[in-house]
Amino acid sequence: MTQAPERVSPPVEPPVVDSGPVVGRPVDRVDGTAKTSGQARYSAEFPYPDITHAALVHADVARGRITTIDSADAEAVDGVLAVITHRNAPKMAEAPKVSLLDLSTMAAGTRVNYLNTDEVHWNGQPVAVVVAETLDAAHAAARLVRVQYEALPAVTDFAAAQGDTKPAKGGMMGAGEAKKGDAEAALATAPVSVDATYTTPPQNHNAIEPHATTAFWDGDELTVHDATQSIDWVRKHLAIRFKVPAAGIRVVATYVGGGFGGKGSVWAGTLLAVLAARVTKRPVRMALTREAVFRTVGGRAPTVQRVALGAGHDGLLTALVHTGVSAVGRTGGNAEPVGSQSQHLYAARSVLIQHRTTELDMLPNTFMRAPGEAVGSFALESAVDELAVELAIDPVELRTRNEPERSPTDGKRFSRQNLARVYADGAERFGWAARDPKPRSMRDGRRLLGWGVATAFHMPIQLPADVSVRLSADGTVLVRSSFHEIGVGAATAQAQITADALGVPLDAVTVEHGDSDQPPAPMAGGSGQTASLAAAVLQACDRIKREALALAGKAPGSPLHGLRPADLRATGGGLFRADVPAGAEHAGETYADILARAGRDHLEARTGSDNRFRSAVGQARFMAGFLNDRRKWVRAAIGAHFCEVAVDEDTGEVRVTRWVGVFDVGRVVNAKTAASQLRGGVVMGIGAALGEETLLDPRTGRIMNPGLGEYHLPVHADVPRIDVSYLDEPDPTAPLGILGIGEVSIVGVAAAVANAVHHATGVRVRDLPVTLDRLL
Amino acid sequence: MIEVELRVNGTAHRVELDPRVSLLDALREQLGLTGTKKGCNQGACGACTVLVDGDRIAACLALAVQYGGREITTIEGVAHPLQRAFVRTDGLQCGYCTPGQICSALGMLAEADAGMPSAVTEHLAEPRVTLSSAEVRERMSGNLCRCGAYNGITDAIREVAGARPGVSS
Repeated sequence: MTQAPERVSPPVEPPVVDSGPVVGRPVDRVDGTAKTSGQARYSAEFPYPDITHAALVHADVARGRITTIDSADAEAVDGVLAVITHRNAPKMAEAPKVSLLDLSTMAAGTRVNYLNTDEVHWNGQPVAVVVAETLDAAHAAARLVRVQYEALPAVTDFAAAQGDTKPAKGGMMGAGEAKKGDAEAALATAPVSVDATYTTPPQNHNAIEPHATTAFWDGDELTVHDATQSIDWVRKHLAIRFKVPAAGIRVVATYVGGGFGGKGSVWAGTLLAVLAARVTKRPVRMALTREAVFRTVGGRAPTVQRVALGAGHDGLLTALVHTGVSAVGRTGGNAEPVGSQSQHLYAARSVLIQHRTTELDMLPNTFMRAPGEAVGSFALESAVDELAVELAIDPVELRTRNEPERSPTDGKRFSRQNLARVYADGAERFGWAARDPKPRSMRDGRRLLGWGVATAFHMPIQLPADVSVRLSADGTVLVRSSFHEIGVGAATAQAQITADALGVPLDAVTVEHGDSDQPPAPMAGGSGQTASLAAAVLQACDRIKREALALAGKAPGSPLHGLRPADLRATGGGLFRADVPAGAEHAGETYADILARAGRDHLEARTGSDNRFRSAVGQARFMAGFLNDRRKWVRAAIGAHFCEVAVDEDTGEVRVTRWVGVFDVGRVVNAKTAASQLRGGVVMGIGAALGEETLLDPRTGRIMNPGLGEYHLPVHADVPRIDVSYLDEPDPTAPLGILGIGEVSIVGVAAAVANAVHHATGVRVRDLPVTLDRLL
Repeated sequence: MIEVELRVNGTAHRVELDPRVSLLDALREQLGLTGTKKGCNQGACGACTVLVDGDRIAACLALAVQYGGREITTIEGVAHPLQRAFVRTDGLQCGYCTPGQICSALGMLAEADAGMPSAVTEHLAEPRVTLSSAEVRERMSGNLCRCGAYNGITDAIREVAGARPGVSS
């Protein structure tokens, strides 16, 4: 049974474990050598002697029914083993209904039962799979499958669908409403106000590793190498869809080539690789093309948002309205909770937050790095900048003046409150005091310079995690948990936490991850993986220390005889009295000595449970604790972005030339990898600000730029030196004080850029991305 | 099928190739050298960068049958201080673009040594390229990193470039 609920809402007090000699240090990532030498294997790279290759055939209507499929030419291609369509595919069970008692029920990216239906729900839905002996044969044959459709009327134009919206469902992951006072009335009478509409386009995660699955059935036992952020969800979901016991399914994802939310759900490629392996009775590799990723894996939904702010001449907010409409698919997807940060960031006297959705006949959206906040902050933080201009108050000053004591809509306490501090630090590092607030007042030759700021805010989640920790008599430690290394340095961080918790050197700790044979870990999402695992690792290490102490305590000759856990500290590869200086005689003993005397070759502790019933109860208890905790606390990572842009006066080209980000993310486990992750969020935010947009043909619902040549990610030349720093103070309500850093730094980036562009040019761009045509 | 001798990392492999097969797929699927990555298969991301006779190319846009007898170097054949530098500067996160970044950087350093200018080179007549941050970023812009490890990558390359004789940073 997981004990993690007890860690969710402890009283506010200093963390139990102080940062030791390893936590916090800029340690090199433990898998750096594997990744720089080409030895790290990703999901399409596991050799099977009998491997076959699969390719998808996509529907090219947005809605309709398949009338005929002609696969004769495809089947005639040399090396083709099977063309699987809805006419000959084995039955898959439907996706389960979503239940908070079992989060794996959220795994399905869409409700479509692929190749088990003649219905088409979006342009790009897989309608056939070709399996062949070689990659080239599979893709060549896929182009020869001819499918005809009875096309049905489809709604694919988000802008045109604004008249048909409905309220978004609330809930733990959903987008609720928040209300305080009568914000519209307060807005109408506010001495100063802004009221504007902002739009953000669809975006795609575009991890450089395209989704790939290698699947192999042995009877009813299944092995799947899958590019996933949710090993446990994939396993449980496949068990349901293919009606086999989860215990017989092994999911392996040791290294994942980036995720950003795009590999959090189970999408068509995974299901159809498993299906194809069942049909062909051979190992199947389904390595999606980049186009197939765009067309079968959901992205970030487009949004239309209204932010209206009312204030007195003193800048204090009297009204804050943030409403949004986002697109969902007819067969799945969730509202973008664009107002989530707006409920907490500003001490407005009246507040109205609302989310609505409009259903399209499109591939359902999914979570993408900081769902809600990443695009919601563009609207909110742009509007705050607009208000600052109206009021002639510095935008940093306006934000700090409105920092709330308690969360304005619900009165919850903040676990940390450092917005003014991160702004002060950032302003100092950036040199903000030298800013002339007048637009078009600063230049670098031909280029107009602009400086902008925006606030980052993100509430990390916590999920139940199981780990096992084994301490061997030789002093080495093995940590096992099926967590995900998607680039965050997850194994490195858990090795550091374990080393300090047990008081052993970092190189004594080995961490195994990414395999469902290990104890189940939560998905890598919601910025929650590190803290969720830390809670479990600390608990397991605590049990080991207690057991070691119990063994020593039984031995009259041990210097630990008669001591209690509170008297000790773990250090130097063992347990030593906390009240005497390190290295003193008879102050304690090493684990090696304790185990040798007791005749034990190892101690092992496992948190969590293999037992399905107890695991379900544990998860339910955890969720109850988590929700209860969320009722009491606003626990958020925050930050202040400062950016400089240079805008070519003739062409409108915007270059980001300087960036300073100061964050409060609680305790930082690894100074090196944390800084990288914070920078990475800024980079992705710069992409959203200046280039990224998934273009849809509104007539057909087809994505027009499903490739990296046309969907513009930031490249080396687009990214200046990003100066990131953080307060590095533990959050008293979080495991080891860790808040989670995966998402916070993308939040506010696009607004900071757009605000800087306004400062540079005098042009306010309220529609992302800020392409040069919008400035001319 | 066409028989070709592919010389990879100093080893000759006689392989039978479908003429459609890209060098990238031949390396990954036929020779089992999966260190070279496939990110877009369109020459847009640089994850498949390998060195051919010392020059960097996108292996996804090269037909394998055209590379018989050429000296191909993949990440598995690279043993260079740059790899250590990437780890030290944390010029990677998920690691998927990393082999391409490293091979590309090695090709780029050779180009700079040979005096090849880039779009941001101010003085085209200078015999030696100064690998400023702007030069490195311009020259590496064919290699995408979605994790955003660009600062670390630039640092690693400049660190190694600065340590070599003949190239100033």
